[in-house]
Amino acid sequence: MQAAMSAPDQIDRNEPAFRVRGLTKTYGEGPAAVHALRGADLDIPDGELVVLLGASGSGKSTLLNILGGLDRASGGSAHFFDRELTAMSDAGLTAYRRHHVGFVFQFYNLMPSLTALENVELVTEIADNPLGAGEALGLVGLDKRVDHFPAELSGGEQQRVAIARAIAKRPTVLFCDEPTGALDSTTGRQVLRVLQDVNTELGTTVIIVTHAAATAAMAHRVINMADGTIREETVNKHRLSAEEIEW
Amino acid sequence: MVSPLDRKLLRDIWRMKIQAVAIALVIAVGVLLLVMMDGLVNSLEQTRQAYYERYRLAEVFAPVKRAPDHVLQSIAQIEGVAAVEGRVVGGALIDIEGQAVPVRAQAVSLPDFSSPRLNDIYLAEGRRIDPRRREEILLLQGFADAHDLSPGDTLSATMNGSRRTFRIAGLAQSPEFLYSTAPGELVPDDARFAVIWMSEEALAAAYDVDGAFNQALIALERTAEPRAVIAKVDRILERYGGTGAYDLEDQISNKFITEEIRSLRMSSRSVPPIFMGVAAFLLYIVISRMIEAERMQIGLLKAFGYTSAEIGWHYFKFVVVIAAGGALLGCALGVISGQLMAAGVYQDVYKFPFLLFRVDPAAFVTAISVSIASASAGGLFVLRKVFALSPAVAMRPPAPADYSSSARLVAALRSVLDQPSRMIVRRIARQPMRTFAAVLGIGVGMGLSVGMLGVLGGFDKAVDLTYSVIDRSDASVALIEPLDQKTIFELRRMDGVIAVEPYRAVSVVLRNGVRSHRGGINGLISEPQLSRALSLDMSPIYIRADGITLSRTLANKLDISAGDLLTVEVREGRRPVLTLPVVNVAESLLGSPAYFELSALNEALSEPGRVSGAYLKLDMDKSTQVYEDLKNMPAVAGVSIKEEARASFQKMMDQGAGAMRYVMAVIAGIITFGIVYNTARIAFAERAHDLASLRVIGFTRGETAFVLLGELGVITLFAIPIGLLAGVGLAGAIAAAFSTDLYSISAEVGPVAMGIGTLAVLIASVIAGWMVKRDVDRLELVSALKSRE
Repeated sequence: MQAAMSAPDQIDRNEPAFRVRGLTKTYGEGPAAVHALRGADLDIPDGELVVLLGASGSGKSTLLNILGGLDRASGGSAHFFDRELTAMSDAGLTAYRRHHVGFVFQFYNLMPSLTALENVELVTEIADNPLGAGEALGLVGLDKRVDHFPAELSGGEQQRVAIARAIAKRPTVLFCDEPTGALDSTTGRQVLRVLQDVNTELGTTVIIVTHAAATAAMAHRVINMADGTIREETVNKHRLSAEEIEW
Repeated sequence: MVSPLDRKLLRDIWRMKIQAVAIALVIAVGVLLLVMMDGLVNSLEQTRQAYYERYRLAEVFAPVKRAPDHVLQSIAQIEGVAAVEGRVVGGALIDIEGQAVPVRAQAVSLPDFSSPRLNDIYLAEGRRIDPRRREEILLLQGFADAHDLSPGDTLSATMNGSRRTFRIAGLAQSPEFLYSTAPGELVPDDARFAVIWMSEEALAAAYDVDGAFNQALIALERTAEPRAVIAKVDRILERYGGTGAYDLEDQISNKFITEEIRSLRMSSRSVPPIFMGVAAFLLYIVISRMIEAERMQIGLLKAFGYTSAEIGWHYFKFVVVIAAGGALLGCALGVISGQLMAAGVYQDVYKFPFLLFRVDPAAFVTAISVSIASASAGGLFVLRKVFALSPAVAMRPPAPADYSSSARLVAALRSVLDQPSRMIVRRIARQPMRTFAAVLGIGVGMGLSVGMLGVLGGFDKAVDLTYSVIDRSDASVALIEPLDQKTIFELRRMDGVIAVEPYRAVSVVLRNGVRSHRGGINGLISEPQLSRALSLDMSPIYIRADGITLSRTLANKLDISAGDLLTVEVREGRRPVLTLPVVNVAESLLGSPAYFELSALNEALSEPGRVSGAYLKLDMDKSTQVYEDLKNMPAVAGVSIKEEARASFQKMMDQGAGAMRYVMAVIAGIITFGIVYNTARIAFAERAHDLASLRVIGFTRGETAFVLLGELGVITLFAIPIGLLAGVGLAGAIAAAFSTDLYSISAEVGPVAMGIGTLAVLIASVIAGWMVKRDVDRLELVSALKSRE
């Protein structure tokens, strides 16, 4: 399994990046069970920038965790191109994350004991064909801050390090969980700009989970979630650039 | 290039350096002891063997009154005998200028025109004797050094009643006298015992054994059965006054060093594991805390695609680095302290011409791998948590610690305790196993120290009892052979002698079934005042005439008790074999004596009225005159002054054991510090947020620190009684393990041992607490509250 997932070019990229059918996720059992996903159906084409909207508890983070290979579904299926994520073993999911997936989190989640450069190297070390760690930091405009520890960086800078870390492996898909949630508007726009650049310049499929509806304006596709199901799916005819977004 | 994870590892270790060092030190102490003791065992065994082989130490010694040289041929023909040599040995007294009492010495013959086939000597200085010069001798090096004598100097000695002057040709050592004590004493004192080697012809003349020998040395063939050879030798020598051959096991010097090696080996196997166990526990709590604190980072690494094994290996390396660091430090310190011990203590007590401290490389491998393995055992237990952590779960902050289990307990205490104290109780109640393990760890460490201190105390008490309660004389006199009571009257008449108590010492082999003991019977008067026997409850006992009173160690060794019959093979005079009832068991501390009433003993030997010596009570103002008079009595073979014997014992105790006390206190301190500091650090890390909250709502620094340190105080206070109990238990076990028929120590865990142990634990605990309190004081309120961990 690991071997099969290790070569990105073996993926049949004619298929949609993700194909989700009847996906369910239940936490706990019996009367105390929480149904986070109640049968989601969804297709995400390769190379799109997708925004996943929804209130707290709508199931969007659960969906992202399952598509990102961080968590397992309770039922239904999810495919990454021609590979069935829901059928993979732990080792298979690890390899999937290792070779195809980049993550950006709301709270950056940098290693406090490593410098910016080292945080990126953490990923380039185990990737097959990574960008240089310095190059990745250059892409997010942090080439001057490579030797700083997270504690010496502002929130926006930390998030950009996190993005550099996520794109350094040239992921097929980049998942962003509330990437601007902890940032002010100016810094938030800078971060969104970087994500947009990653999508257009590297061709990476970018999936952003957020409850900030304004972000939706920059997406190819907007998916609205509520109560663990896909409530609405719209394709933007006119996309705004990150700088144009109303905050 | 160092990978980023390895850099994280190094920075983590640096951040936790004091904790890491505290754990590494515990490991280092364990490894130090292991390497040092193992190395000493190895060095002593190998050096002894090499020394014995190179200088051809005999395997059987057969003392005899006087046997003509041709008897040696009969011995040589015994099956299993590889080589035989006859020699002359005898007691001598050496006069030292300015010293009231002459020094006892053993004179040993060397063949005149060849080197000895057995029991050769190591010439340390000068040259061998020229057999044509009768006045030339070789002198035991330790004695020569103690009295500043060198080759060329002269020495005056009395042999068989006649006084002669000798010239020292050289200084020598011998495998036969590795551990040399004055007759009847247990502790070597270089200044008070000498060995003189001289021409066989000259010595034979001095002791009237021309053309004969009074000791046969026998080397055995590899396959020979010593017991069988001894029996045959005894049969041959019987009619010449043989007093019973014995093998190396009963050779006094070898017996001491064998005991030393045995107890070192035992300690090296039983003590280090305690340290390894404590270190494993500490690593367990430290790593589990690290993993708890870094679960987000672990989740993140998993999200990036790092496998569980890769992440586990990362944390495992933390364990390995600390364990290996501690082990390497311990190896280095073990070699250094081993060298110091070998050169400073062992070479001082055991007279090896060379003693290279050499550790078997396998010991290093064992020490390092045992450290890593036991440390890993602690770590691996936690690594399961890393594997179990799902990346998505790891990314969520941990649920608040659940204290509900302690609710009932705390509710019950509500009326008694204030809020901060209740917080302490809650924490302890929530993790009872961790608290218990910490208490146990400190308790065992402290117990180890208290136990060792107790054994040392027992030793002290043994010396004290022996020289003040059992032996109340000022000096004792040994006669050249058992004489009639006339000598006692002479002693009584001497000016300055207050009391005289005669004794009769007989060398015997005691047998009970298959068990036997080679030693002596002390014939004492029935109500002795100067040299007494004590009952097991330490009160003086009558020496009975209707049977033998055995010391406890001897009764145990022979597996016999009061009421049983004992076979006594007398090894001198007419050599009767007696069957005597055991009537009493006495306490014994040094040595393993057997007592019998003096006239009853003489009667059993059919030698009425004989004495071998006497204990004297002196008017100390006139003691010098008494010693001078004794010197001029031809019947006196030697005088020993009790204070000198006691002083050499005390000297050894102060040098060896005195230093040991500090070492033991430091060991208790290191274990306690390791545990308390790590427990405190972890408690602090887990609760920095809570503590900051307390400060925000108005708690003072002191009150906040109380909440944190109170837990440690409780742990320490619980640990102390456990440490004391463990100390008493361990002291008993150590004392029993160390006791032999040379000395029996009863552990005496007195106030001093308890005090030192308790103090060491308290001091270590206070230092650790103080180091953590500094962090509480520095707690930054805002950032502590902002951070999610």
